[in-house]
Amino acid sequence: MKFFEKLFGRTAGQPASETPTEPLSPEDQRGIEDLSYEPPQLIVGCAQSAGRQREHNEDALFTLATTFTSDYSNIPFGLFMVADGMGGHQYGELASGIAIRTMAAYIVEKLYTLLLSVKPASPQESLQEIMLKGIQEAHRAIIRTTPGGGTTMTAALILGKQLTIAHVGDSRAYLIAPDGDFETLTRDHSLVKRLVELGQITSDEAALHPQRNVLYRALGQGEPIDPDLHTTQLPASGFLLLCSDGLWGVVPEAEMYSIVTQAQNPETACLKLVQSANAAGGPDNISAVLVRLPG
Amino acid sequence: MGAVYRARDLHFPNVVKLVAVKEMIIQARDPLVRSTIVRNFEREANLLATLDHPGIPSIYDYFTHNERSYLVLEYIKGKDLEALLQEHEGFVPEQRVIQWAIELCDVLSYLHNHNPEPIIFRDMKPSNVMINTHDHVVLIDFGIAKPFQGSQKGTMIGTEGYSPPEQYRGEATHLVDIYALGATLHHLLTRRDPRLEPPFSFGERLIHQINPAVTPELEKVVYKSLQYNPEDRYQSAQEMKLALLEVAHHTGILSPAAVLRPPPRKQSIEPVWEFACGDEIRGTPVYYNGALFVGSYDHNLYALNAANGALIWKYATDAGIVSTPVIFEENVYFGSEDRRLHVVAARSGQIYWTYYTDGPVRSSPHLAEGHVFIGSDDAHLHAVNSYTGHKAWKLDAGAQVRSTPLVHQDLVYFGSESGDFYCADFKGRIRWRFKARRAVTGSPVIANGILYFGSVDSTLYALDARTGWVIWRFRLGKPTISTPVVTDDMIITGATDGQIYALDLKSAREIWTFATEHQVTGSPVIFQDMLYCGSVDGRLYCLDYQTGRLRWKFATQGPITGTPVIARDMVYIGSTDHRLYALHAQAA
Repeated sequence: MKFFEKLFGRTAGQPASETPTEPLSPEDQRGIEDLSYEPPQLIVGCAQSAGRQREHNEDALFTLATTFTSDYSNIPFGLFMVADGMGGHQYGELASGIAIRTMAAYIVEKLYTLLLSVKPASPQESLQEIMLKGIQEAHRAIIRTTPGGGTTMTAALILGKQLTIAHVGDSRAYLIAPDGDFETLTRDHSLVKRLVELGQITSDEAALHPQRNVLYRALGQGEPIDPDLHTTQLPASGFLLLCSDGLWGVVPEAEMYSIVTQAQNPETACLKLVQSANAAGGPDNISAVLVRLPG
Repeated sequence: MGAVYRARDLHFPNVVKLVAVKEMIIQARDPLVRSTIVRNFEREANLLATLDHPGIPSIYDYFTHNERSYLVLEYIKGKDLEALLQEHEGFVPEQRVIQWAIELCDVLSYLHNHNPEPIIFRDMKPSNVMINTHDHVVLIDFGIAKPFQGSQKGTMIGTEGYSPPEQYRGEATHLVDIYALGATLHHLLTRRDPRLEPPFSFGERLIHQINPAVTPELEKVVYKSLQYNPEDRYQSAQEMKLALLEVAHHTGILSPAAVLRPPPRKQSIEPVWEFACGDEIRGTPVYYNGALFVGSYDHNLYALNAANGALIWKYATDAGIVSTPVIFEENVYFGSEDRRLHVVAARSGQIYWTYYTDGPVRSSPHLAEGHVFIGSDDAHLHAVNSYTGHKAWKLDAGAQVRSTPLVHQDLVYFGSESGDFYCADFKGRIRWRFKARRAVTGSPVIANGILYFGSVDSTLYALDARTGWVIWRFRLGKPTISTPVVTDDMIITGATDGQIYALDLKSAREIWTFATEHQVTGSPVIFQDMLYCGSVDGRLYCLDYQTGRLRWKFATQGPITGTPVIARDMVYIGSTDHRLYALHAQAA
């Protein structure tokens, strides 16, 4: 016991200070928002829960954010993924993990190692081609190792000022701007989304449709795999949110927005997002990755 | 879930009578649900037993044993359409598809007109259509197995692919069968499985684009049956059958019906004025303050009155002018093959200064921050003080620089004939370099931090302007020297395969293409909702830029290699027929 006291300077359980923790006043919070990090960097949080009605967690997620500065350049690099394995398929929980492992290994090898090479060189292939090949590798890996398995995959690559998204299925990526703009970057490959797009049902009907979980495109299913790929310039500030339908299917956008913008940091925001989905019943696995963009 | 067995009917011991036995396993555990499933099954079996049509298998018997129900029915010797399609190489001939479709309409018509109440099949798809050994259709699997399959929870993959939108709203009239028949025919004609495509996207896979052998008449019938709104489809299977018979009549008896082509249109566009000079106009004019400035291969730069084409002045250089002039502070800046950059007063054509490079100048100047940036065939990019004409620096590019430099946020971007693309700062230091496989002659454009340019290696590139990393590449049919034009969400460029390409800016997916009759070396220009582009086939094309549909075209007497310029509702274009033309931009 003496040893611990020596080590920590006080006995366990004793509060560090008499002043209880209080939320920051609005003035103090404004101070935090105005902080601009130098060098520009990606600050990441994530959270996951099996939800309250499922025994297994079939979601998988991945984050990798690095900062590298030298006198010559500063290139923020980030790779973020959310994958939602298919229920009803034998290897649902395996497929999502295999997809992410394969994709992450491919991107790190083809792209990230180049960033650190002594003589900086850009890859021969385009970023979109590398992301496409990563998706195709993941697709083949699922077919090879867990035949019949399937998963969604929403992958976001940040390199400098550009954000490249590769997407299959109904997990989502959002850009959240501090001014209230909440932009969905992905299009669900789902039956109900198509019905809504064609004006056959309303968004409210889609939320309750018995076949709202039916996808028409998923990794590990069908040939050839045809992901959506696009690149946009990152906004000057704001957040990138990746999540599975266990979050966006139960927590309204307005609530996600206020959680993200009011939380002190991305880790807390993700924790609260998952809590919010569970409070709403937690019918499905929940995964969230939140990235604070370099302001 | 269950299986279908081929079985022998032992009531006939002396002959071999084959039957099909369909086995269905009851998966529900709740006894009440189980008995309901069995009751429904028996009711359906009784209904099917009353049907009498050559396209529907006969029912002989049914029974339930423990947790399994069985249906004994006619054994159909043949193959279902899905298996047939898999075995068949290439497309199934249209005539055969039409014949099957007519028979399917007959079966559906029989079901829909059943008394006392119509029967809706609900599950028309290739795997439910058998083709017997006499090449006639038999509809199988009357959805009788559906209630036996338990419902799955959680995210699932795969849609039924053939069902219409209203079926997912729980509305099912006989018109769902019409749609599903259309979907089945679309699959047969295109070999594209709708279960692997976004739902209800048949209209995005036009039949004739995948299988050009299909006649427009049949395509029309298929798309009418595939309308989203039930009231827009054929209102009965009989009506659809009549339409198919019509097609068969048209296309089957004699040779395929002649496709009507619109009669060739006369030149309906008249130029407002034209101006003739002594040699080819290969470059692009510029408009400034009521005047047009254009260079010619006859060595002159011309200043013309934009309203009537009258000559204001001309200025002679010592060689041909192929580039685009730039106006800056009342002066005209332009390069000539006489190796010089010339600067003359826009008002009078009086010389201000000239600057010598060591090779012909075919690049167009770019002015920024008090400097002129221009490339030369002397393999350098030159930065020249725009007031004094003195050299600030020159950068060795290793090969001729013919592309027009672009300046954006204190950086200069340009391509060279060796395929190197450079990013340099204002001190002439290279920040990054990208290597295309062949020359970059076209000029870069920038939007949202991304550079776009084409190359003679037949690729259109999108590069991150800060790092030079490639974001996407798009493969064109042939090399390009055209400078792309960028809108909010599209990028449009020409190529020497004669095509104008419109791509999605973010994903590089093709939105439309338009074929001219020769190389497109000039650049497209957008004005309001129109796109103007010249072609070496001698014509100036005006297209709807969202769809690529032709609005009008105007023929000159020689190849067009330059780019049109638009000002005050007029479009101006030079041609190698030695003329500059002025046209109404809105010409109908």
